[in-house]
Amino acid sequence: MQTDKTSKAYLLLQLFWIFFKIGPATFGGGYAMMPMIEKEFVDKRKWMDRQEMSDLMSLAGSAPGGVGVNASAFLGYRLGKIPGALAATLGITLPTFIIVFLLSVFYSMFREEPKVQAAFKGIHGAVIGLIAVAAFKMGKNALFDRTTVITAAGSLALLLLTGLNPMVLIAVGLVLGITVIRLKKRLGLPVHTERARKENEPVIEYYI
Amino acid sequence: MLFWQLFVSFLKIGFLSFGGGYAVIPMIQYEVQQHGWLSTGEFQRTVSIAGMSPGPIATNSATLIGYQTAGLAGAVTATAGIVLPSLLIVILIAAFFYRMNANPWVKSSFYGLRPIITGLIVYAAIHFGFPDPSEAIYHWTTFATLLIGVLAFVAITKYKLHPVTVIVCSGFAGIVLF
Repeated sequence: MQTDKTSKAYLLLQLFWIFFKIGPATFGGGYAMMPMIEKEFVDKRKWMDRQEMSDLMSLAGSAPGGVGVNASAFLGYRLGKIPGALAATLGITLPTFIIVFLLSVFYSMFREEPKVQAAFKGIHGAVIGLIAVAAFKMGKNALFDRTTVITAAGSLALLLLTGLNPMVLIAVGLVLGITVIRLKKRLGLPVHTERARKENEPVIEYYI
Repeated sequence: MLFWQLFVSFLKIGFLSFGGGYAVIPMIQYEVQQHGWLSTGEFQRTVSIAGMSPGPIATNSATLIGYQTAGLAGAVTATAGIVLPSLLIVILIAAFFYRMNANPWVKSSFYGLRPIITGLIVYAAIHFGFPDPSEAIYHWTTFATLLIGVLAFVAITKYKLHPVTVIVCSGFAGIVLF
């Protein structure tokens, strides 16, 4: 019994530590950490096979929230139930929290410096570009028939013109997709829920 | 009271943060404006810092906004608020619907969600492109900032540069230009 308890605690510690190491490396979005996770879980520790790993990853991509946090919670749960999920999520969140917190303190100290302000103006431009990249990639994947184009244009118009709460739109989107697909089926129209893609092309629900 | 507001706002956002990253920015902005936590300029700088840091942009923004409104405890509260829904939902999915991705319901709802997420990201880009209202709109720096944005877009899509490289270069470009 005692050895059971210690091995459980050791597993939780391991889960925490693996994600703690991977966390700071996820610059530019959660997908950057996927190869590292696979190396730790599949190749090094042989905790699961490649197929199960890729199933877990696509699940992580479709739940709300950052894909990195979702993946760590999934893997933690799979290996150590709820305590495992908590240990893994804490592991992935803590290092970036510390880094962001330090940056934030650093920024408050130097925000009056003209050089810092100038650098931020430049970075502001880069962030506009980054958001445009995300919109471009998402649009390429999401807009493939009349319904999706109208939905995207309509939601943009609502946001710009009415100041609607964006959370309402997301909630509507969840219901809208299901309704439209059922309606199309009822009317005997062809149904595609995804853009036609080449074989082996991955489905990605997140961009940056 | 402030802590409770921070927690609830980011908890709501966390439950609906499909599409990750920049799609969540308009939701965060809406909450920030509703509560009057930050000015537009402060919010834009906050998202810039969040984009420069490792980890998810939405979570980073939560940490930063929490810190700016209520110090370290605020940062912890906001971060916990935005991470908790993911943790709960993932545990539920892992425990009950393991093969959820193949479910036609999930596929249909993503059919509706994806174009809305696209709309949200475009909205975020437009909002970010507008300068801080405290500054003159037709100032040359506004155009310089937009030019950096265009260059960043080309650098990433055409020349496949890493986002962090682009951010660092633009920081230096900013020091030289402004």
